[in-house]
Amino acid sequence: MQIALEARHLVKQYPGVLAVDDVSFQVREGICFGILGPNGAGKTTTIEIMEGVTPATGGEVWYFGARVGQKFRQEAGIQFQNTALQDFLTVRETLDMFQTLYDRKANLQDIIDECSLNDLQDRDNRKLSGGQRQRLLLAVALVNKPRLIFLDEPTTGLDPQARRNFWDLVVRIRAAGTTIILTTHYMDEAQILCDEIAIMDNGKIISQGTPEELLRAQYSHVVIELPVDDVSGDLSNLQHRIIEAQGIIEIETEDVNATLQQLATQVRGLNGLKIRQRNLEDLFLDLTGHSLRA
Amino acid sequence: MLNRIYAIFRARNIEFLRDRSTLGWNIVMPVVLVLGMSFIFGGGDRSQYTVGLLQSSDPIDLTSHPFLETRYVDFVVVDDEESGFRKIGRHQLDLLLQLESPPRYWVNPDSPKGYFAELALLQSYEGQIQKGQISGEAIRYVDWVLPGILGMNMMFSCLFGVGYVIVRYRKNGFLKRLRATPLRAIEFIIAQVASRLMLTTTITAFVFLGTQYFLATRFEGSYLVLLLVAIAGATALISMGLLIAARVTSEELAGGLLNLATWPMMILSGVWFSLEAADEWIRHAASIFPLTHVLSAARAVILDGAGLVQVGPQILTLFAMSLVFLGLGAAFFRWHPN
Repeated sequence: MQIALEARHLVKQYPGVLAVDDVSFQVREGICFGILGPNGAGKTTTIEIMEGVTPATGGEVWYFGARVGQKFRQEAGIQFQNTALQDFLTVRETLDMFQTLYDRKANLQDIIDECSLNDLQDRDNRKLSGGQRQRLLLAVALVNKPRLIFLDEPTTGLDPQARRNFWDLVVRIRAAGTTIILTTHYMDEAQILCDEIAIMDNGKIISQGTPEELLRAQYSHVVIELPVDDVSGDLSNLQHRIIEAQGIIEIETEDVNATLQQLATQVRGLNGLKIRQRNLEDLFLDLTGHSLRA
Repeated sequence: MLNRIYAIFRARNIEFLRDRSTLGWNIVMPVVLVLGMSFIFGGGDRSQYTVGLLQSSDPIDLTSHPFLETRYVDFVVVDDEESGFRKIGRHQLDLLLQLESPPRYWVNPDSPKGYFAELALLQSYEGQIQKGQISGEAIRYVDWVLPGILGMNMMFSCLFGVGYVIVRYRKNGFLKRLRATPLRAIEFIIAQVASRLMLTTTITAFVFLGTQYFLATRFEGSYLVLLLVAIAGATALISMGLLIAARVTSEELAGGLLNLATWPMMILSGVWFSLEAADEWIRHAASIFPLTHVLSAARAVILDGAGLVQVGPQILTLFAMSLVFLGLGAAFFRWHPN
């Protein structure tokens, strides 16, 4: 599988702020690559440098073995985090306008079907709901039949149902062979959609790999959670790492059966007990020391 | 390239034509102004007399010409006979006077004010003075001010219609979205110029023809030449708007800069009154504004029947200004709001 996009030592310096600090990574063709990080981590700046809309202070971006140029502009689809469209144009007119800007063209009706915009074709852009608008912005990003598509926090502000519908759409796009670069601060989104992720904080990539690799490398245990009020005895003899926060006790263990047997004598009941695997949110917290939505 | 320009051109036209409040304002405002001016200055009479003095190589000794101290008479210097005769014919001057030897004056026999100005002259002048007559119909103030109002409307439409829109596009991220496509800055700019040019020229032509029909305003020249003047003027003003908006990201700053550009033109370009009586440096300063050239060319065509040769210098100046503004605008153009 060849390399679709490569960032080489990207740096972006704003007055008094180093937004992107020597960031390098490669994105293989056909995968969904996620860039995760809290607000202000530098992920949007990184992605905008790669898209060619923000000049880098240093570094280079390569697209299929050549520096980004007109070929990249013809073949890339982009959905920004915040994009206004032209007022008074309908959905169909907006798609027509953007498609005319490209030499590569997708079948517009297929895109309209795929993004469920059939009933909205004649509606003024300004009268779309949040979910409808996100679908239109994704459709705009698809008008040139892109080989590579950037999705910058595409589900921010959507209700849970609209988010799930959007994920289905992204899965279908990836299944068609399009390379996707996705930024998000929703861990469930990254875990479901991304084949590979890079976690950013303070302008740097602090970890990179598949979600499974990253979690396996960091964690060999599972977590047992108990409400503090359910504990009656002293847990210090458990020989496990125990964290207490917000009324919940977390016990990290590699042997769930043995730990549960030990716990049985020291708790009032197990109705409030939960057993879970460590997830990307835990990973981020451990790597950076602060929450993803901070 | 042409496809991309056409896509942006068409989208901008749709946006403008569907924005009924803006479209209505662009049509209604000049009509209301022309009708208002027609009502207020319908008679075309001004309270003072105006006498032109043919330029003398030597300073005029006021004490030896008591007529020059006559009250309620404005004396203005006229550079050449041809210009003076034209103004007498159009009743813009009540009398034209040459004090150098042989002393002469010209008056329009159809002008009531010329008759009284002549009486005042002969009463105070001692010695022989030759009389000449130049006939012609009076130009009402509404005839004179109509190109000014249309030009002013064109100026606002071009500068604010383009400048504000581009700053809004930049601020809300639409330009950034276009930046991510194969569209180039010069293609975007050409599309904006073409769209506003077509809309402004069409609206101005519509309003001009309407006022001409309903107010029977004077028209001596060629519609084709006037259209060329309008196109050259609109192009220069749109390009100026693009240059002003090339890097600005705040609507407040854009408003300030656009006002800074429009108000001097409103005052110094001859929208409401002629600058012929103004100091020479003011007239020179006014020539840096595109609107000055638009109005002088439009009035020459409308009122004097000037042809392409006569208004050629103004048209060339306007196109040269457009090239400079467009070149600088494209060079400094910023897509990103930050």
